[in-house]
Amino acid sequence: MADDDEIILSELSDDELVLQMHDDLYDGLKEEIEEGVNILISRNWTPYDTLTKALVAGMTIVGADFRDGILFVPEVLLAANAMKGGMAILKPLLIATGAPRMGKMVIGTVKGDIHDIGKNLVGMMMEGAGFEVKDLGINNSVEKYLAAIESEQPDILGMSALLTTTMPYMKVVIDTMKEKGMRDDYIVLVGGAPLNEEFSKAIGADAYCRDAAVAVETAKAYMLRKHNRASA
Amino acid sequence: MDQPNDIDLTETGLAPRQSGSVLLIACGALAHEVLALIKANDWQHMDVQCLPAKLHLYPEKITAEVERTVQEHRAQYQSLFVLYADCGTGGLLQAKCAELGVEMIEGPHCYSFFEGNATFATHLDTEISAFYLTDFLVRQFDAFVWKPMGLDRYPQLRDTYFGNYTKLVYQAQTNDPALDAKAADCANRLGLAYERRFTGYGDLATTMERIAQ
Repeated sequence: MADDDEIILSELSDDELVLQMHDDLYDGLKEEIEEGVNILISRNWTPYDTLTKALVAGMTIVGADFRDGILFVPEVLLAANAMKGGMAILKPLLIATGAPRMGKMVIGTVKGDIHDIGKNLVGMMMEGAGFEVKDLGINNSVEKYLAAIESEQPDILGMSALLTTTMPYMKVVIDTMKEKGMRDDYIVLVGGAPLNEEFSKAIGADAYCRDAAVAVETAKAYMLRKHNRASA
Repeated sequence: MDQPNDIDLTETGLAPRQSGSVLLIACGALAHEVLALIKANDWQHMDVQCLPAKLHLYPEKITAEVERTVQEHRAQYQSLFVLYADCGTGGLLQAKCAELGVEMIEGPHCYSFFEGNATFATHLDTEISAFYLTDFLVRQFDAFVWKPMGLDRYPQLRDTYFGNYTKLVYQAQTNDPALDAKAADCANRLGLAYERRFTGYGDLATTMERIAQ
């Protein structure tokens, strides 16, 4: 017999289920999120609405509380893990249903650096926002970045670094792009704990993004500018 | 001076004696080593103020705290010296120290200056997957690593944090079998290979010798 306090997700209305999924995401409950996603899809919710209203909206609450010092890195990682579980179900469905695409991003941690938590969060939130993301992983040389740019033809290049000793490598990548006359063809976003706006400007990046939510908003803003320029 | 308590060094730091001509503004994680060097060399003109070691959990706060401490004490001492390396401030601490006219110890972090910055630089490209612990961090492993990362509550996050690391390098400032054993246990808890590397006080010692003159 079920515990009286146990919530049966399938018995909730759509609105109640979405709110419960926000709570479950906040609490990092991956199995519950996966169940919730499957329930919404079975109720003929579009994959896009399921993604945006249940998952992205829930992670927005997580991000806001992290910024306000209510949640900390461990809880954010658990929430992200739960969201990943939901997105794994939705990804093929989003492609099949022709969900709106915002653009394409290549992202990676720079050479000499193995830290990827922030990068992974950015990649996940960018996918949630409708961007296609090619994640190069860690320890990327300028050659690897350029090869990915050539093969993937992204709109955005994202670089991450967690060490003061590795962040200067971002300038190596940007300078190489300038030498090859390709810098202006791409939006370059940078991030990582020791970075700041001043550093970003000094190395010739387009913007410094202090967290995943800022990365998404910045990417959207730059894509809008790009489209407006193309239309003009 | 009595040996300071690691918990106090983590949470509140160490107050200066308010005597001497040189004030060292140091991270609390360096207190034992700095005091040992002062005692061994009888540098009676050197005073030490340690800021809470927990600032390393919020490196964006280090620069402002160092500035505040410099401003608070500079009238009392002939010279001040900052015993923080860059420590994840992305160059901001160095810029602030230059603006304040105070020197700071060279290097990206204490792992580098304990080994010797020149020595550490030789394996910067080949040891990228090493996780370093000093004597202080081995003693305070739970306070600085295990609990802030939530591994006490969510052990399933261990590989999320440490999956890209391959080994834990214990940089030993002293020879202490109990610390060696604890460091090996830290490596085991993180699922990493273990290496002990004796450093002594490295560039901290040479820097303090230079300041002392």
